Parts: sequence; C-alpha cells; structure tokens
Amino acid sequence: MSRVGLIRLGVVAAMIGALEAACRSGLIDPRVVIPPSEMAEALVAILASGQINDDIVRTLGVIAVAVAASVVLGFAFGVLIHALPRLRQALDPFFATYYAVPVFIFYPVLIAIFGLSLVPIVLMGVATAIVAMIIATLNGLDRVPRVLTKVAQVHRMGRLATAMRLQLPAAAPYLFTGVKLSVSYGFIAVIAAEFILAPAGLGRDIANAYADFDNRRMYALMLFVLAIATVINAALHALDLSFAKRRGAAP
Amino acid sequence: MTSTTAGGQVHACLSGVTRVYPGAAGHHAVHALGPLDLDLRRGEFFAVVGPSGCGKSTLLEVLAGLQRPTAGTVTFEGRAVAGVVPDGVGVVFQEDASFPWLTVSDNAGFGLRRSGMAEPEIRRRVDDALAFMGLKDFARAYPSQLSGGMRQRVCIARTLVLQPRLILLDEPFGALDAQTRLLMGDEVLRLWRSTGATVLLITHALDEAAMLSDRIGAMSARPGRFMEIIETGWPRERNSTIVGEAAFGEITGRLWENLRGESLKSLGIAKLAAE
Repeated sequence: MSRVGLIRLGVVAAMIGALEAACRSGLIDPRVVIPPSEMAEALVAILASGQINDDIVRTLGVIAVAVAASVVLGFAFGVLIHALPRLRQALDPFFATYYAVPVFIFYPVLIAIFGLSLVPIVLMGVATAIVAMIIATLNGLDRVPRVLTKVAQVHRMGRLATAMRLQLPAAAPYLFTGVKLSVSYGFIAVIAAEFILAPAGLGRDIANAYADFDNRRMYALMLFVLAIATVINAALHALDLSFAKRRGAAP
Repeated sequence: MTSTTAGGQVHACLSGVTRVYPGAAGHHAVHALGPLDLDLRRGEFFAVVGPSGCGKSTLLEVLAGLQRPTAGTVTFEGRAVAGVVPDGVGVVFQEDASFPWLTVSDNAGFGLRRSGMAEPEIRRRVDDALAFMGLKDFARAYPSQLSGGMRQRVCIARTLVLQPRLILLDEPFGALDAQTRLLMGDEVLRLWRSTGATVLLITHALDEAAMLSDRIGAMSARPGRFMEIIETGWPRERNSTIVGEAAFGEITGRLWENLRGESLKSLGIAKLAAE
C-alpha cells in the first residue's frame, strides 16, 4: 500500500478508535451512540441469523435497477440532447440547478400514484441519479476531439462506426464518472426513500430500529450500509484506475 | 485518366476551386479560398505556405475530400473527389489524433483492421511502419506515455500502413519545438523517398517548406490564392543539413518577400502592408 493509502487508513482507524474510547469512557452516552466494536458484533450476529437477507436482496436489487435505468436512459438522453443544440440550450438551466431542488418532495406524489411498492422507490432512485449521467454524457461528448471526426472521414467510417469506435471510447472516462455518480446518488435515494416510507428494505429496517430505540440493531444496520457503499465505491474506483492505466493515464 | 504537365504526370488536380463558408445568422459568408488551380505531380513534395487564416487547411481538406468545394473540380488519379476521401489518400493532422485508449501498435493498425485485412499481414505492416518511424520499442505503450513528437509519429505510422499514394500533412509539426521539427522533417523526407508517394505539406514555417519541398506554393491572405509557386531545385536525396546552404536562404528570403505583405494584411495592418 502507498504512503498516502496508509495515512488514509490511519485517519479512519484513529477516528474509529476515538469514537470507541469516547463511548467506553462515558464521554458519549451509550444510550446515544454504542461503541463501534459493539456495532460490528451486533452486525455479525444479525447477518449470521439471516434475518435481513431478504431486505439486503430487495434493497440492492432496487439500487441495481435504478442505477441501470439511470445509466442507460441518462446516456440515451445525453446523446439525444447533444445532437439537438437548441433543446440543450433550453434544458441547460434545469441541469445546472437540478441538484439544488430537493426532488424528494415528489416522493409522496409517487406513492399516491403507484402505491406503497417498489416502483416509487425505483423512480426516486432514477430521478436522483439520471441527471448526473446526462450531464456526464454531455460533458464527455463535448470533449471528444473534433479531429477524430476527420480521422473517421479519412477511414471512410459511417456514423455508427464513428460513434462506437471513436467517439464512445474517447468519451468513456467522462461516461464512467457519470456511472460512479449515478451509483452514489441511486444508493442514497433508495435508502432514503425506504427510510421515509416503504414496506421493507434496509432503510426501512434502520427506521424501524430507530423508532423502537433499538440502538444495537440501528447502528449495526447503519454500519452495514456504510460498508456496502464503501465496497461498491472502492470497486468502481479500482475499475476506473485500471481503465486509466490502460490509457497510461493513471496517477 | 491522368494528364501530364511540363514537370511530370499530374497526380491530383484542383481546377477553379473556391470555398465559401455560409454565414451563420447575422454574419456574412466567409470566402476562404480561391479561385485556385493546382496540379500536383506524381511523386513530388509540394508545400503550401501562407499567412494565418488564408485557407491552407481548407485547401488540404478540399483536396482530401473532407470538404466539398463551393465551385471548381478536384481530381485524384483522374477521378473526381466529391466529399469522400478517396482510396489511396492519407491525411496527418496538426492536432494529436492518436487514440489514447489503444496501444501504439493498435493505433497504427486501426485502419487496416477496419479494412478487414488478415491479421498476419496487419502485423507485418504495423511492425514495418513502427520500425520505420522509430517506435518499435514503444509498440505496447499508450499515447499518453509518449512525447508530442512521438504521438505525431504514431499518427504518421497509422497513415503509412495504408500505403497511401497521396499523403496530405496539415501542419503536422506545428506543436513541436524547432529541433524536433527539423528531425521530424528528416523522417518525412525518408518516408517520402521510400514510399514514392506524392506529398502535400501545409505549414506556416518557411524554413520547413524550403527544406522539405520540390515546389512551394505561396498563398495570399484570405481568400487564399497562389501568388507564386517556387521550384526549390533540391536533389531527391536531401536532409536537414541543406539549411546551411546559400540557396536555402535565398528560397526562404523569396518566400518572405511574397508573404510579408500578405501576413500584415491578414493581421489587419494594411498601412504597413502597402509600404
């Protein structure tokens, strides 16, 4: 591991250690926060019991569907909007301010329309993640060097071949940034929607534990969500790094 | 059908070519080029020099088939060039056009793979081209691991493997330092001699044009027309050492005589241009 990586790990370990010490010494009331070691212990017990298996599958499944839809539709809309400059001019202010608007205010409307099912949660995930993918696609296509279009002409490539063989690979690093953001936004939106109102799921489990003053369970589930988010982001980062290495552009 | 001129067989020809870019809303149309005539002789090295914005690159793109002329005709090996790059024409651009997601070897073989050529033949041609351009040891490297000059050599290799009969170079060394440009000039001369291709080089550097070319076309400010076409009289076997010869100074001096006024015009300094 690099020196920077070791420092990073040290910072995390120090923070966990400080929290552990604060909880054990009584500096933090254990009725408010339990020590991290107890969170881990409780999580192991919950996972071993298998009682949240269905919720894990449900939540991760919903996130996967929401992210996949956001990436595919976001890319398609991005390509379409890029090809229509006037439409883009009209939509640009919406994209620029989209994340300044709390889209979650529409969640009750979606529940009213679709009922208390998976659909409103998936739609919240898509609504939160899709614009990041659209913006990344527009950004990526903007940055495809114009000379590549001339190279395509020299090689007598059609529009599809130009798009697939030159423009798409040239825009790929920006598109992947969109994918990473979509995953993060999708994750946040799904867990939050479940937390607010849903029949099941990890977010719902955390909300139930919170309502029941079941700190051990609540913190254990929060630790689990944090761990999953960290693993997914680390995997995406590693993938991004391997792409960058292939281009000889890794730091 | 190919015609001949006093200097040899005509390989490519521009006749009465003009290019006018239609004006965007609220703007006037821009008359970029011509009317202009040019007969490129088979196997010659022809350079085009001119002030900034005089239409040099437009001329190359019209000749390549990347743009349609507004008026006039363009032919290559006796056939009309009409908005499609003909087989046998290779183009190297000023901008870095290497593909960062492919290795040097895959960059060089890109066009051949598109043509569906058998893999052993592709490998042979790519290996030859990389060896010729001094890139053999970098075959598995990615463009971002190379210098600007080496990336330009990758682009030349990608053109070279297609064995073009007409090579169009659009200021390929424009972004390089003076020493690298001189050395790259030697590379291009070696390439020109070994392939026997006709070469048209667009450049803003008078010394580069004087060193490399059999003939040099000096263009006017926009709309670009040839004011004079100068025969350098260099032997085919030449290299960058000719920059020390007296004739080299005479050629660059004559080019500057032609271009000084036009360059001032293009900069909008009409009063100085009239002196």
